[in-house]
Amino acid sequence: MSDVSSVVPRAALPRPEIFNTVSTSGLGVVEQPLGLWERLLGLAVVRKTFLLVLIALVWELYGRWLGNSLLFPTFGETASAFLTGLVSGELVRSAWFSIKLLLQGYVIGLLLAAAFTALASATRIGADLLETLTSMFNPLPSIALLPLAMIWFGLGNPSIIFVLVHAVLWSVALNTHGGFRAVSPTWRMVGQNYGLSKVGYVVRILIPGAFPSILTGLKIGWAFAWRTLIAAELVFGASGGDGGLGWYIFQHKNQLDIPSVFAGLLTVIIFGLVVENVVFRMIERSTVQRWGMQT
Amino acid sequence: MHDKPDSDLLLAVEGVTLQYRTRDHLVTATYRVSFNVHRSDRFVIVGPSGCGKSTLLKAVGGYIRPVEGEIRLNGARISKPGPDRVLVFQEFDQLLPWKTVKQNITFALLASGRMGRREAEDRAMHYIDKVNLSGFADSFPHTLSGGMKQRVAIARGMAMEPDILLMDEPFAALDALTRGKMQEELLQLWDDTKFTVLFVTHSIPEAVRVGSRILLLSAHPGQVKAEMNSSGADARDRNGRPLAEQIEDLLFDKPAAERIATHV
Repeated sequence: MSDVSSVVPRAALPRPEIFNTVSTSGLGVVEQPLGLWERLLGLAVVRKTFLLVLIALVWELYGRWLGNSLLFPTFGETASAFLTGLVSGELVRSAWFSIKLLLQGYVIGLLLAAAFTALASATRIGADLLETLTSMFNPLPSIALLPLAMIWFGLGNPSIIFVLVHAVLWSVALNTHGGFRAVSPTWRMVGQNYGLSKVGYVVRILIPGAFPSILTGLKIGWAFAWRTLIAAELVFGASGGDGGLGWYIFQHKNQLDIPSVFAGLLTVIIFGLVVENVVFRMIERSTVQRWGMQT
Repeated sequence: MHDKPDSDLLLAVEGVTLQYRTRDHLVTATYRVSFNVHRSDRFVIVGPSGCGKSTLLKAVGGYIRPVEGEIRLNGARISKPGPDRVLVFQEFDQLLPWKTVKQNITFALLASGRMGRREAEDRAMHYIDKVNLSGFADSFPHTLSGGMKQRVAIARGMAMEPDILLMDEPFAALDALTRGKMQEELLQLWDDTKFTVLFVTHSIPEAVRVGSRILLLSAHPGQVKAEMNSSGADARDRNGRPLAEQIEDLLFDKPAAERIATHV
């Protein structure tokens, strides 16, 4: 077969050549905005809000069908307990108490993570140390350290802050260190080319270059810390006078005020959602997405 | 050919041997390479893959130290990277994605601490204008095409007004049409300011078109095979052979006619 085709001269069968005059008139649509409905469906917020409404509806229906607010209060009862908690200020106080603790633990955790990462970037033994410690402590749930923390620091905020630091430190340090190591060699060479100082090199090349990883670390650290905090407060519930959200939930369970327990859980959920979808989303949009480093 | 033969000498590479380590080998990239780059040269290093041409350029940049021989710029030995030699890379990611086109250039000018912000911005805009990207000064790099990114990188290099601009296959990742256009633009920029450029490529046509002087390296490890002049027009020698063909013969140790015959 191939013999035959190679024997046929290339110009044996001249095909007609085609030349068109391209014109845009009568083409119909080149570019047209989508309809309102299509654009609404394209927004994740709209789709997710719809789902939330649906979940609230199913919740309400199940609660009414069950008819036992000690086991499973309806959405309406929970909402009114939530509002009562807000108006009386009890829920707001508890939430603020939790957030204050959380921020303290988070900031201390970040500072320690920065110190560890600096050490790991500067020396090889530092990097080995960070990697070993991280692989040891990262799988250890922070709450498992609480009994020990209570012996060391007593029944108070320092114990909770200790476990929060543990929750934040390793994931942030691990991600930052990994991010630094993954900074493109080309950026490194560019940074060296223009005679940046050591500090300038870290601040202007390494940190922005590793920012997607750093942000992931911050998000994971935040989520760990939030879960740990509520769990730790539940354990402490029996002791404290003024308490956080965990304490609020624990206390109302003791009083068999289950709608308020649900309201407390709802607050935990709402706060988690807001931080995840508003605060971190905003940071992402104004940094890594704007820079095209994350789609 | 000059009264003072060495007054134009800018970069002297003398007997430079470069080695680098991989996981289980010590590789010699170039062996005792010597050449001189004069002011306003468009000096092109051409050679097959693995001839150590990029390694050589990085050594001139100060990123790698020679194990033998030395590299001197204006008589001073090169020991580390510095803003008097700016590298333009092949990779599109040489622009910092967290800075706009303009910020990428002002960053370079400010980092080297040689001027204030006002002056840096004026100079950045001047060079952005030169590479015809005025409309994109405030765009982030990820919104630009490959060719535009390379233009910004060239503008950044030129804005630094270094003693020598080092270009490491800057057009290799571009499509053929864009590459031709970029070569043309580079020559126009050179006509404007007559900057000195050391240009590495593996493409013989590009070397002939861009270079005023061409250094041929042999493969693995790189050794100097020849150093030739080019007028940019693929001029023919006494025997009527175009320059590109002569270079091919020298690089591949085989007459071009023979090799072409095997392709038919």
